Amino acid sequence: MPSESPERFFLERFQLSSGGLERVLGTAVARGADWADLYFEYRTAQTASLEEGVVKKATRNVSQGVGVRVLAGARSGYACSDEVTLDRLEIAARTARCIAEERTAAIALPAARVPAPAHDLYAVARPPIDAPVADQVALLARIDAAARAVDPRITNVLAGVGLEHRIVYVVTSGGIVVGDVRPLVHLSVTCIAERDGIRQQGTYGGGGRFPFETLADGRAERFAREAARQALVNLDAVDAPAGTMTVVLGPGWPGILLHEAIGHGLEGDFNRKRTSAFTDRIGTRVGSELCTVVDDGTIPSRRGSLNVDDEGTPTSRTVLIEKGVLRGYLQDRLNAGLMGMPLTGNGRRESFAHLPMPRMTNTFMLAGEEAPEDILRSVDKGLYAVSFGGGQVDITSGKFVFSASEAYLIEGGRVTRPVKGATLIGNGPDVLTRISRVGADLQLDEGVGTCGKDGQSVPVGVGLPTVRIDGLTVGGTQA
Amino acid sequence: MEPRDVARDLVARALRAGARAADAVVAESEGLAVGVRLGEVEKLKRARQRRAGLRVFVGDSTAIVSTADLTPEGLASLAGDACALARATAPDPHAGLPDAADLATTLPDLDLHDPAVERVEADDAIGWANAAERAALDAGPEVTNSEGAEFGSDAGAVAYASSLGFAGAYRGSHASLSVVPVATRNGSMQRDYWYTAHRKLGALDAPAAVGAEAARRTLRRLGARRPPTCECPVVFEPEIAASLLRHLAGAIAGGALYRKMSFLLDRLGEEIASPLVTVIDDPLRPAGPASRPFDGEGVAQRRQPIVERGVLRSYLLDSYSARRLGLRTTGHAARSVGDAPGAGPTNFYLEPGPHAPEAIIASVRSGLYVTELIGFGVNLLTGDYSRGAAGIWIENGELAYPVEEFTIAGKLRDMLRDVEMVGSDLVFRGSLACPTVKIARMTVAGT
Repeated sequence: MPSESPERFFLERFQLSSGGLERVLGTAVARGADWADLYFEYRTAQTASLEEGVVKKATRNVSQGVGVRVLAGARSGYACSDEVTLDRLEIAARTARCIAEERTAAIALPAARVPAPAHDLYAVARPPIDAPVADQVALLARIDAAARAVDPRITNVLAGVGLEHRIVYVVTSGGIVVGDVRPLVHLSVTCIAERDGIRQQGTYGGGGRFPFETLADGRAERFAREAARQALVNLDAVDAPAGTMTVVLGPGWPGILLHEAIGHGLEGDFNRKRTSAFTDRIGTRVGSELCTVVDDGTIPSRRGSLNVDDEGTPTSRTVLIEKGVLRGYLQDRLNAGLMGMPLTGNGRRESFAHLPMPRMTNTFMLAGEEAPEDILRSVDKGLYAVSFGGGQVDITSGKFVFSASEAYLIEGGRVTRPVKGATLIGNGPDVLTRISRVGADLQLDEGVGTCGKDGQSVPVGVGLPTVRIDGLTVGGTQA
Repeated sequence: MEPRDVARDLVARALRAGARAADAVVAESEGLAVGVRLGEVEKLKRARQRRAGLRVFVGDSTAIVSTADLTPEGLASLAGDACALARATAPDPHAGLPDAADLATTLPDLDLHDPAVERVEADDAIGWANAAERAALDAGPEVTNSEGAEFGSDAGAVAYASSLGFAGAYRGSHASLSVVPVATRNGSMQRDYWYTAHRKLGALDAPAAVGAEAARRTLRRLGARRPPTCECPVVFEPEIAASLLRHLAGAIAGGALYRKMSFLLDRLGEEIASPLVTVIDDPLRPAGPASRPFDGEGVAQRRQPIVERGVLRSYLLDSYSARRLGLRTTGHAARSVGDAPGAGPTNFYLEPGPHAPEAIIASVRSGLYVTELIGFGVNLLTGDYSRGAAGIWIENGELAYPVEEFTIAGKLRDMLRDVEMVGSDLVFRGSLACPTVKIARMTVAGT
């Protein structure tokens, strides 16, 4: 797998030339467009999955293609094809530029710049996709053994490893020519625990942009034990309470709160269209002074990190909320241009078959000063939630949900009985105002997040220290 | 090469490369999407995709490979790659193709393809989207903004071939139009949406009707309050009730059953729901959104009762899960190009009952009418259910005021049993279709 130069990879594989691509861009902007870009992608993905103690299935998928985009004012023209030839590109450019036909006024898009010293956040000696299948099978077998060793009540283990190698190459009418090689490793473990005919599950996992071998540093077995532990805890879980109460979130993955409650509402497209509950609220207070939230695509090896976004802009660290005050939006090129705001390196897309849009990378709250034990001790009666499934938000009303998969009651400052999973619901623009305590124990998640927006999925990260929220609605069954 | 010939060729290559059996799927499609917002074109997209997937059985070991590289060189390497990958996995005595006796022998014409969908011009699509959005914006002064309106269409072909000698293909088309208006009152915003979707262009609802309905749904959310935490009857409007069918389908799908990850394990032939509940799966419904002449393994299709007056009559099985359970495939193999088949529903619907939706609402003294659900709080292993919701509070049999920021929770086992009324208002829009449904009691968590 040639990983050293995306440019050479695409030009050789599809017998293209730099001059040919320039001519295609010329066709694309010929009607007076503001901007045009070409996005080439070649992705190889491999999976191996274990159940009932053996790896019974493996898959390997190759996708490839190119998308031609033309921007004119607020209009996007796009044509994509998985057949990559100069003829196809020329046809695609003619299709995409139709958008520029009736445009009236020119909009100044942020000037192209030579990408700043490019990040190099996830260089690997050997791409994970090249890891021998036998090694993947052996790793899964160790996970199965580690999970079953936790307790005889673990009756089944489902585990999967997913390896991805994505080569992208962006060529723009603004002179940006940049490639990126993106490795991605993912491991997930689900354990089923059974006792007296009652079955429960626990799920854990993680990954990132690092070599396959990193999974063998002990974390694979740790994930297995965590999944088993969670399944066993849930065997004893009682029905969750219903109603508004104090909620303490554990560190790490519960940061999905920030992703749903805050992050989506600060994406540039919704704010340009003025359909976000955060519209026009830059500079206003949306959280307690304890809350500083950032989106940072530049953390080495993280699942949500990128050297450049899918428009060729280097990623960066963007302060979204500083001491409770709203500071910034997440932007792609189109929306930054229309709003007259700086690029933030958040223009992402699922694949060549999709238009880019503003998306999060790694979104987290900075650490506070309190010991997590003190935060729990401060609560007389409430819920302590440490692990979550998915979440969702209604950008316009600001209402968001996220669903706990491991939670406990807090009674008299002590963590007591485990409760069954329940959905938590709140209002994005005011939930952070209710944060009264922030722990010193910031953790980023293990690398499991996938964000969906407008039908496009991209890998993301979240992070959170232990926090206390004074009043969040817990959707259990015990009214 | 035609897709069916590509699929046949891949199967032949797999056998030459050492596979005992193999099957292949080839899918191709071309699509158009346009988006408008506040009367201006925002997006025009054309996409073209063609993919081939191959599953091989080497001895009893399985692997699946797929590619978008359909050049002779790309296809030539696929079979060898698949067999090499299979040799790295463990044998599974249940692995294999379906029983040849179950394969489709005739392919019914289900009216799945409308050539007019392929001929849609961008300008027409823009016109329909604009008309739909315009109708929403004109619905009243409180409709102040819009996320936009979109028209999308795609048409293509799916081909399947296997080493049992089966080779079949069919063409299909889809078109849809949707609108997302935003309404404002006292500085607070609400949005909702509406859509129309069909395989045939001419069967879509009129753009103005789609826009007007989207506006009606959005406007009725303005001024929402939070409901009290309580237990009460819950009425699901049809669009939302269909999500309950999705959970039912997930819990009786072969993969969940043989892995023992379903709350409906071992319940075949037993009463799992109220006697008011009869659920049908019909893959042969003419022009149905999920209709098909054969399933993802070439198996013949038929209309089947899944739940009859509350009694579970059939699981949804592909050939692998059927062998695992000691049963016969029910023809529910769902297949994507790059993965092994799983089992899932086709056109899956709840038979309508005798009640007008107004009569169902009138039967509730104090309770909830749910118009939106968000989040993923459903555990099919335990049946625990807890989701974010929005809707309208019912007071003395009438829709009284909108409510938001609350959850509804219960256990799917109880919810199915507690179906108290089923509406007469079944409309086939998506592949899962449901009339209005009333559940006797659920927990609402609000203030």
